[in-house]
Amino acid sequence: MTEMNTRPKTYWQHMVVDWSADKEAFKVNWGKVMMWLFLVGDTFIFSIFLIGYMNVRMSATEAWPLTSEVFALVVGGHHIPLLLIAIMTFILITSSGTMAMAVNTAYQGNKKATFWLMVTTAILGASFVGLQAYEWTKLIVDEGIRPWGNPQGAAQFGATFFMITGFHGLHVTGGVIYLAVVAYKVKRGHYDKKGFQIVEITGLYWHFVDLVWVFIFAFFYLW
Amino acid sequence: MNAETQEQHPLGLYFKVWGLLFVISALSYMVDYMELQGLLRWSLILIFMVLKAGLILSVFMHFAWEPVTLRIALLVPTMAIPVFLVFMAIEARYTFTSRILFLAG
Repeated sequence: MTEMNTRPKTYWQHMVVDWSADKEAFKVNWGKVMMWLFLVGDTFIFSIFLIGYMNVRMSATEAWPLTSEVFALVVGGHHIPLLLIAIMTFILITSSGTMAMAVNTAYQGNKKATFWLMVTTAILGASFVGLQAYEWTKLIVDEGIRPWGNPQGAAQFGATFFMITGFHGLHVTGGVIYLAVVAYKVKRGHYDKKGFQIVEITGLYWHFVDLVWVFIFAFFYLW
Repeated sequence: MNAETQEQHPLGLYFKVWGLLFVISALSYMVDYMELQGLLRWSLILIFMVLKAGLILSVFMHFAWEPVTLRIALLVPTMAIPVFLVFMAIEARYTFTSRILFLAG
């Protein structure tokens, strides 16, 4: 047992020591481990969507619609490509920042600041969903894009667009509800005795939604 | 719940990362705005994407400060993703070639 007592040095030594005994393997809050596992599962779902999108885009014989044209906005007579998506990206990053601050203030025991930072995060998330609803309406009504076809090019565009952004939008909507519930409970003093790990766990989910958007933005809108 | 996992970082770190995320997002938007094309466009998109994702994951999600065992357990399964990606890319090439050969005209 002398080897066990010496401090493990490499990653693999750490892992062997943690997993080789009949004991708790992850020495962190169990709720946090469960959230991480859920997020790994979610990573696979979004990966499958994006890989499916890659597959149909690579195998399409018709030209892929130009995203910077499809998602352009006309502001004061100027045609600005991808403007709406850029605004949505900045809203989501801002909300990630307020969430990170909420986690920080929660561990300091500042409930009032935590509540308001979480409410701000939820409002930013809701405005993201609002802009997405506007984007969908514009695409369906003005540009005639449908899941089975569109006037701009390859028919697969609509199917992948509505699937990927719709699933992400559902995640944001769920996150807004989750944030609102936890913020309310923080305010009510529900976690005063339990500790405020829940804010960090909620934050994990929220940052993940932002993380997925980074990949959607790169592969769907910019590529 | 031990002291290690509740380690706190100064707010300044979050503000720095926040600022960086804004700058990188603006840069990746500029890739489209400047209408860069070809290899330059794709490599810049990927570089900015990896930088942003890395910052969000390691700092905002505290992944960098999680215990090694948890980090390994979470990262190893995701290695299946690039494998699947390669399979599907090969399959897509094949479908595309078949469509050009047999469905053209």
